[in-house]
Amino acid sequence: MTMIKKFSMAAMAVAMSATSSLAATNITWWHGMGGRNGEVINEVSQKFNASQTACALTPISKGTYEEALATGIAAFRSGEQPNILQVFDAGAATIINAKGATVAAEDLINNAGYKFDRNAFIEGVRYFYADSKGKFIGMPFNSSAPIMYVNPQAFEKAGVAVPKTWEEFEAVAPKLKEAGFIPMTASQLTWQFTENFFSRQNIQFANNNNGYDSVVDTKMNLTDKNLVMMFEKLKAWSDAGLYKFYGASWNDNQKPFEEGKVAMWIGSSGSFGGLQKTASMPFSADFLPYWSSIKGAGTNTFIGGAALFAMAGKPEAENKCTADFFQFLTSPEIQKFYHQATGYVAITKAAYELAKKEGYYEKTPVAEVGIKQLMLPSGEWSKGYRLGFYPQIRSIMEREYNKIFSGETTVQKAFETIEKEGNDLLTRFAKTAG
Amino acid sequence: MAYTTSQPQPGGFLSRLGFGGKARSKKTAVAAEEMKRVQFTSPVLPYLFLFPQLAVIFIFFYWPSVQAVSSSFYLEDPFGFGSTFVGLSNYTDVIFSSEYQSIALFTAVFTVLVTFLSLSLGLLLAVKADRVIRGASTYKTLLIAIYAIAAPVSGLIGMMIFDQHVGPFVKMMSYFGWHMQVGLNYYDTAFAMTVVAVWKQIPYNFIFFLSGLQNVPVSVREAAMIDCRSGMRRFWTVILPLLAPTAFFLLTINVTYALFDTFGIIDVMVKDKPANNPVTLVYKVYADGFRGNDIGGSSAQSVILMIVVFVLTIFQFRFIERRVHYN
Repeated sequence: MTMIKKFSMAAMAVAMSATSSLAATNITWWHGMGGRNGEVINEVSQKFNASQTACALTPISKGTYEEALATGIAAFRSGEQPNILQVFDAGAATIINAKGATVAAEDLINNAGYKFDRNAFIEGVRYFYADSKGKFIGMPFNSSAPIMYVNPQAFEKAGVAVPKTWEEFEAVAPKLKEAGFIPMTASQLTWQFTENFFSRQNIQFANNNNGYDSVVDTKMNLTDKNLVMMFEKLKAWSDAGLYKFYGASWNDNQKPFEEGKVAMWIGSSGSFGGLQKTASMPFSADFLPYWSSIKGAGTNTFIGGAALFAMAGKPEAENKCTADFFQFLTSPEIQKFYHQATGYVAITKAAYELAKKEGYYEKTPVAEVGIKQLMLPSGEWSKGYRLGFYPQIRSIMEREYNKIFSGETTVQKAFETIEKEGNDLLTRFAKTAG
Repeated sequence: MAYTTSQPQPGGFLSRLGFGGKARSKKTAVAAEEMKRVQFTSPVLPYLFLFPQLAVIFIFFYWPSVQAVSSSFYLEDPFGFGSTFVGLSNYTDVIFSSEYQSIALFTAVFTVLVTFLSLSLGLLLAVKADRVIRGASTYKTLLIAIYAIAAPVSGLIGMMIFDQHVGPFVKMMSYFGWHMQVGLNYYDTAFAMTVVAVWKQIPYNFIFFLSGLQNVPVSVREAAMIDCRSGMRRFWTVILPLLAPTAFFLLTINVTYALFDTFGIIDVMVKDKPANNPVTLVYKVYADGFRGNDIGGSSAQSVILMIVVFVLTIFQFRFIERRVHYN
């Protein structure tokens, strides 16, 4: 009841602030967030509208990430695009490769008379929505990292320490099982054990500089022996009862952890807000483990989540307002507010320092894990990927991963299939972008 | 009985599709001609009345169809900056993809199963409900009520019943040694989807069969009763042939339902992540077009689907309708 009230009040306030300032330039923001995260977007917009009088921002929810992108594209084709469109990580290549669909965030901000400073952003945030030269195309917005959540009771009962590496996990997992726990579950193998496996282990994901340099002849390196090894281990752990796979659905894998049946769960740094409400036991968090046996492993991961893109074809005055909003959004106070309200990481160093200074992480150490992981030293291959038709490639991965754990295919064969079908899609994408 | 009015008029339904013409006599056609002259003073007026319907059909069916056909020959950047003519390669890519083939196979099996089960169960319930005397309307209302549930809601209910962690059906089955994992095991998910899809469609079939049964004249039933003592045999030889028009109408509707209208159920039950779970061809069109932004490939798939439906409809009317006798 109170939530509905709050929400409608926020919506009303946004609507009113948009209509009351008649002289102001109106800009729109289409996003793909619901629930609490959607409310926070309204609150942020309200704060922006209250902070100045020249611009009035109206946020509109377009459903899920995929729906937001699809409607954004359809709108662009008919010349009805919003000023700002939220696009999720897997859709990054689609929008960034469509040259002329967006105005690079960095250009937008510089043109508006501000000075854009790439170094103000924390390491893991800098490259994913940028071009190969590091220029920001999208403005990182809700950013998350895959981290490991821990059920301390399980480790206490088993009398073992929380593992930092997969080697350590192999050593302690049987004891966790003996203590009556499922040692591990994980919610999104594509993101956590594939894309971020490459970055955490510092291994090349695709040629053409992980796809950043060009779409022509881009091929994925999915039969990499280390990646195959990781999944052979997962399969072996699953057979031995040390890891349990509940399918591709995020929640099906999270639920047993919430119920206290699981010792460690690989989730997202953004899961922490929800987990505080749903977990039946106290929990802590740590970095995503890595293989210490792989040379150069232990580098940072890159951001997941979504970014905001300034759509092209808008008048100068509106672009100025969009730039104003991007500046507002990255200011330390707003970043801190967003970080604390949602659980997504703060994307600028200044915001992180501010939250730290206020003692936020002493009270809630879990909130700091994702940021720290993104701030780990980076490697040549840890900054992410830029691959077209990536949502479909992820679907192929999900299909084959299911088959691995149901015993319908072997790990080697699964990755050969994904690599073949995925590379065919990349070839198709190169044709559409060409 | 309120239901008797909802008896479908197969003649009307079919002639609207342009298939029932031969049954109409010349005399009625002439009469209709005269009627028309009497009713419409201006020759433009009837077209004016037809216009809204035609406009709807044109805007929502023909226009998108033409667009789909044309974009199926192109590879297009989703934002519309560039498109390359690729001839039939979108079609060949789709048809020779092993994933597409397995989805097509599942769609065929799923359609046959859902159609057969929902028709036969609907008929069984209708026959049984037709015989009930005490509390008849309560039974009927209870059976029909399910039809009011929207597809995504029934998908949601199905998802809960078959949930890996808390689903009551899953818990019950585990006592019998069947450890269902909907979302992980292909066949378990297929089973759950079929059950939900059938469950959702039974009431629709039930309503039509029941009204069909109530239109069977009492005199015919009594005559049959004198000739034959076996209720089963009476049903097969007398009642069922009289139900044939209804059954044929429902067959067409149910095939369409299984092919297209189950989308909502499937979308909810795979929880946004099809992975290795079974999906139908329509879901694949959606996934590639709206989530993957592959406009050319998705258009080619929808054209293929259009052809399939076209062939299927012709087949039904050519070969099955011949065996149906109206009146």
